[in-house]
Amino acid sequence: MADNHKMWEELGMNLELHDQLCAVLPQAVGDVFLSQENRPEGMDYYDMVVADIHGIRPSELIAHQENGGKVFGTFCVYVPDEVIFAADAIATGLCGGSQFWVPGGEKVLPTNTCPLIKASVGARLDRTCPFFRIADMYIGETTCDGKKKAWEILSEDVPVHVMDLPQMKRVKDVKAWAEEIAALKDVVEKFTGNQVTPEKLAENIKLINNKRKALARLYECRKSETVPISGTDALVISQIAFYDDPARFAQMTNKLCDELEKRIAEGVSVVSAGTKRIMLTGTPLAIPNWKLHNIVETSGAVVVCEEMCTGTRYFERYVDETKETLEEQIDAIAERYMGINCACFTPNHARIDDIIRLAKEYKVDGIIDVNLKFCNLYDTEGYFVERALKEEGIPVLGIETDYTDSDAQQLRTRVSAFVEMLNN
Amino acid sequence: MYYVGIDIGSTASKTAVRGGKELMFVLPTGWSSKETTMTIREKLLEEGIDVSSDEVKVVATGYGRVAVDFADYVITEITCHARGGRELAGDDCTIIDVGGQDTKVILVAAGSVQDFLMNDKCSAGTGKFLEIMANRLGVTLQELFDMADIGQVLAISSLCTVFAESEVINYIGEGKKREDIAAGVVDSVAAKVAQLAGRKNLSDKIILTGGISSSVYFTDILSRKLGKTVQPTENGRYAGAIGAALLAEEKSRRR
Repeated sequence: MADNHKMWEELGMNLELHDQLCAVLPQAVGDVFLSQENRPEGMDYYDMVVADIHGIRPSELIAHQENGGKVFGTFCVYVPDEVIFAADAIATGLCGGSQFWVPGGEKVLPTNTCPLIKASVGARLDRTCPFFRIADMYIGETTCDGKKKAWEILSEDVPVHVMDLPQMKRVKDVKAWAEEIAALKDVVEKFTGNQVTPEKLAENIKLINNKRKALARLYECRKSETVPISGTDALVISQIAFYDDPARFAQMTNKLCDELEKRIAEGVSVVSAGTKRIMLTGTPLAIPNWKLHNIVETSGAVVVCEEMCTGTRYFERYVDETKETLEEQIDAIAERYMGINCACFTPNHARIDDIIRLAKEYKVDGIIDVNLKFCNLYDTEGYFVERALKEEGIPVLGIETDYTDSDAQQLRTRVSAFVEMLNN
Repeated sequence: MYYVGIDIGSTASKTAVRGGKELMFVLPTGWSSKETTMTIREKLLEEGIDVSSDEVKVVATGYGRVAVDFADYVITEITCHARGGRELAGDDCTIIDVGGQDTKVILVAAGSVQDFLMNDKCSAGTGKFLEIMANRLGVTLQELFDMADIGQVLAISSLCTVFAESEVINYIGEGKKREDIAAGVVDSVAAKVAQLAGRKNLSDKIILTGGISSSVYFTDILSRKLGKTVQPTENGRYAGAIGAALLAEEKSRRR
């Protein structure tokens, strides 16, 4: 850890404040992860990555920079990693998932901004996260009003490029997104000094697709009646996917899936037969936000799927790997990303269809629709989600929460009551 | 056999006994759920009911349910209220529970919880709101309702208890009549409860439970705001405890 301190100091971090964060993390990891029974052995890798979250990967990113490479920080599943990696740069997810960073964000943002934005801005301005220090440039996007204005504030402290995400899905919108991706390519090329060739892009489309395929395989395992992995463990894997080296991540996740498939064949489950299967839908759960999974899985149910950015929205569907020219490749990338269904789009019926499809695929008994406080888009769309699920006869519990633990008992009561209702 | 339901609420702790003896009593929860639990244990012993005996089955519920270390089962207040409400209103009903720290709307169909809703962390539309406002006006809860009954509603528009309290202070400063302020307070709670309940398709049979469940004045206002009849209940504050006692019986029979 001594080496980490030197690295953090060189990154210009606020060490005193950051030590407070480091002091609480091991306890949280112990309570949430290590207390679980019958975990797959393959979780060792992810446990290690989380335990040294501000050490291992940051030092790799710095080594990359020392070799002349650039690091781009991203905040959204619509930002195409393959373009960044094709310029020999590294993309790393930056979304903040801890209350620790929220007060820092509240110094400059209105209180009624969602905690994800507040935590992200706070992590940068308070200098308490190495990833936020390391990234040479941030890639923002126009998914919501809170983020749009946050980029303006952040851009006074760090270079920010904002991608203009369309809010409808007409043919011209997909075309507009392709243009934004082409513009990103230009920005990335200029910033890194490296050219994005069709060969490079093809190679990195495969790289990112392979990461998606590994996650899809993990989620496929979760569809089984035999539950080989807890939702809490699967969630942290989804979260790590945002910042880990993509090739290594795919390799380790495939290795874990070998074990999970063996468990399924042998009938090894982390929960007893008949345990109610829950899917979470809604806003993302950025690392280290494990609150709801922990509550659900210590209230007698198991989470088998997340229809979230930290979940199916991140990995479903692949970019067509057969295209050969840059223009075709970029169109293929735009097509894949515009197939993600976020509540920032209108209309957004396809997301409701996704939820119902996933509920069937993962054989869920009930759905918890989660809204991060002050996310107006998902909150409003919850109206349609709940109505559609009701029509399908799938029980649903709507929950609004933030990163604090102050509502943990109320949430536990609601979730327990929901599980009791499903068990009745 | 004795079947005991203990509902440790944020404000009041309710106990209901069925089986060998029928009994109900309420205690203030005070600052320690643990201590209240001990007092309940002693009170039951005075009645010849020893919770450590095999002849006694205990279900604990309410926000302090985990503090009841002698409970055989721990069940959430939603499920217990639904069971108790069913006993008071039949197999198909809606239960609106205005509790000390939260308000619940529970839809019961064919005897089971079909759906439920709870207010957010905030205390608007709960008993806490009434308690704070009664304190501010220097009266008891009962007096608050009595005064409200003869007052003209003064609008209290803030949804937040803290801000609403400022509104009340302003009214006091302006020399408004206490009765009118009281009417405004009760009206605002009913409006918030109706707003919450209005999110669900309520059945025709709706009952009010919780500490103010016997107030005809409150159910009348609530009925008007909902456009549906809400019935007051005599033992509504015991709904959770009665439900817990019934579940204690059913659970031990099932074994």
